[in-house]
Amino acid sequence: MTPLIEIKNLVKHYGDVHAVNDLSLSIPKGICFGLLGPNGAGKSTTIEITEGILPPTSGDILYKGQPLGINFKEQAGIQFQATALQEFLTVKETLKMFHDLYEKTMPWDELVSLCDLGDLLDRDNKHLSGGQRQRLLLALALVNDPEVLFLDEPTTGLDPQARRNFWDLVKLIRARNKTIVLTTHYMDEAYELCDEIVIVDKGKIIAQGTPQALLKNHFGETIIQLPDTVLSEAIAQSMGLRFIIQSNWVEIQTSDADETIKRLLEKNISLTQLRLREWSLEDLFIALTGKQLRH
Amino acid sequence: MKRFLAVLQARNLEFIRDRSALAWTIFMPFFLIIGFAVIFSGDDKTIYKVGIINHNNTNIEFISTKFVQPIPFENHENALDKLKHHQLDMVLTLKDNNAYWINSSSPNGYLLERILWGTGGKDFIKQTVEGEEIDYVDWVLPGILSFNIMFGCLFGVGYVIVRYRKSGFLKRLKATPVKSIEFLLAQMASRLLLMMIITLIVLFGSAALIDYTMHGSYLLLLLVFLIGSICMISLGLIVAARITSEELAGGLLNLATWPMMILSGVWFSLEGTHPFMQQAAQILPLTHIVDASRAVMTEGAGIADIFGNLLVLCIMSIIFLIIGAKIFRWD
Repeated sequence: MTPLIEIKNLVKHYGDVHAVNDLSLSIPKGICFGLLGPNGAGKSTTIEITEGILPPTSGDILYKGQPLGINFKEQAGIQFQATALQEFLTVKETLKMFHDLYEKTMPWDELVSLCDLGDLLDRDNKHLSGGQRQRLLLALALVNDPEVLFLDEPTTGLDPQARRNFWDLVKLIRARNKTIVLTTHYMDEAYELCDEIVIVDKGKIIAQGTPQALLKNHFGETIIQLPDTVLSEAIAQSMGLRFIIQSNWVEIQTSDADETIKRLLEKNISLTQLRLREWSLEDLFIALTGKQLRH
Repeated sequence: MKRFLAVLQARNLEFIRDRSALAWTIFMPFFLIIGFAVIFSGDDKTIYKVGIINHNNTNIEFISTKFVQPIPFENHENALDKLKHHQLDMVLTLKDNNAYWINSSSPNGYLLERILWGTGGKDFIKQTVEGEEIDYVDWVLPGILSFNIMFGCLFGVGYVIVRYRKSGFLKRLKATPVKSIEFLLAQMASRLLLMMIITLIVLFGSAALIDYTMHGSYLLLLLVFLIGSICMISLGLIVAARITSEELAGGLLNLATWPMMILSGVWFSLEGTHPFMQQAAQILPLTHIVDASRAVMTEGAGIADIFGNLLVLCIMSIIFLIIGAKIFRWD
């Protein structure tokens, strides 16, 4: 079956900066596809080329097996990372303007109720909270009842509750058999929403698969955290531990926590401040890229 | 058409609700007009202006009389036009025959004639012209209306588009099926409509506040302002076609407006200035809007009289529009 979207050997250079380096992937219809990566990894560039907003330096984007045509804009819904809305307009007027730009549209009541904008219709755009604003931007992306929805870091800057609400909305949209392409900094978001993810760094794919499959190799692993004042890097190295340094903490990866703790005690290392947690997608990301996500 | 109307309506609402900008666009010209009306209301001229044709040969006592200011003129017709409108009190020529012209309805002309007779000009040939006096306020009013159109169009379109681009709103529109020409025409139509309404408010509002003279047709005046606005908006589109910095846009718009403000004859007549300056003024669209609207209002000019100005404005508009649409970028 032809994938809904295919990206073939995509390259994008800005002068000497190679934002995307020969990246290829395909996105099947009806899934939520996540693009993960640190700042500057090339996620936004990749998604914007796929949306037809940016021209690639080389490579092809195919939608339903064909190059992006003039009708693609009618079939795609796009929410950028940062979009200012027109000032002095209400939510209703903003929605109406975008509604009038498309041939085929989602019925008004359905759109308003799906994005939970009913109580906000007469409110001025500039008086919306962060979460309300994102819901309006999502409604603008859904106004043409698109087949594919692009969301570029849609929950960045939202409080935890607003993020959860936004996730519920995305799940509702996915349940309507829409294809969603999402970029995010948040691993929990990718884990919660995405059926398939690629991890991108320096314009290249470094890992790909379902979140569960990517974690499988590390399933059952535990992270032991100790302050670097208690366990120095030199000692950790001399003990042959697998570890990384994270903001003054040494994070040891182990499949046998009991054995590792026993060895630390033998070295007379204080465990008063010891913390334990399970291996997460974020750890996988750091292990792969050597970078933290939430910069 | 649906997309054009959607963008047009949204922009209109945005402008009307931005009360500070709206108030500024309407009240600024009122303040200027009333200010000039007050400043120039007194008729306390103590200097009599005499237009001299062929100034080099002039060597008579009359010219050196106290309170008589000689103003050299190359063109006889121009000098007589000024005399008709009471901008000169007398025109004098010593070229072939010694002759002078005065306006039959001007008291200053009558007095100057008496002075001329008493200072050796008794045998000069007398000729008269007729014409009503043009107050400075009548003269400057079309200039202020044109000036307001220039500001409203250049900043209203140029600045807003740059702000849209900087904030990412244009990029968002690029993701929709709206075409750049639909967007640009909607911006143009919105500003055109609002500028015409504001100009009418200021024009008729001025009529209620000061007693100005209108010799020509209001419809023709509106046509001048309509074509003038299109020209200024098109110029604004060029400035706003690519840049993303509001500061740079402000600088460029000031660069465009200042020469026009000074050289287009809004505040003072360019008669008597260096010919280079007069020629340079012809490449400025505001000069043509001011000249045409002033001719309609103060001289009752018909469409044939101002056809040249309108043609230049139309040609400039087409050139600006083509360049603006060609170099326009969403992001």
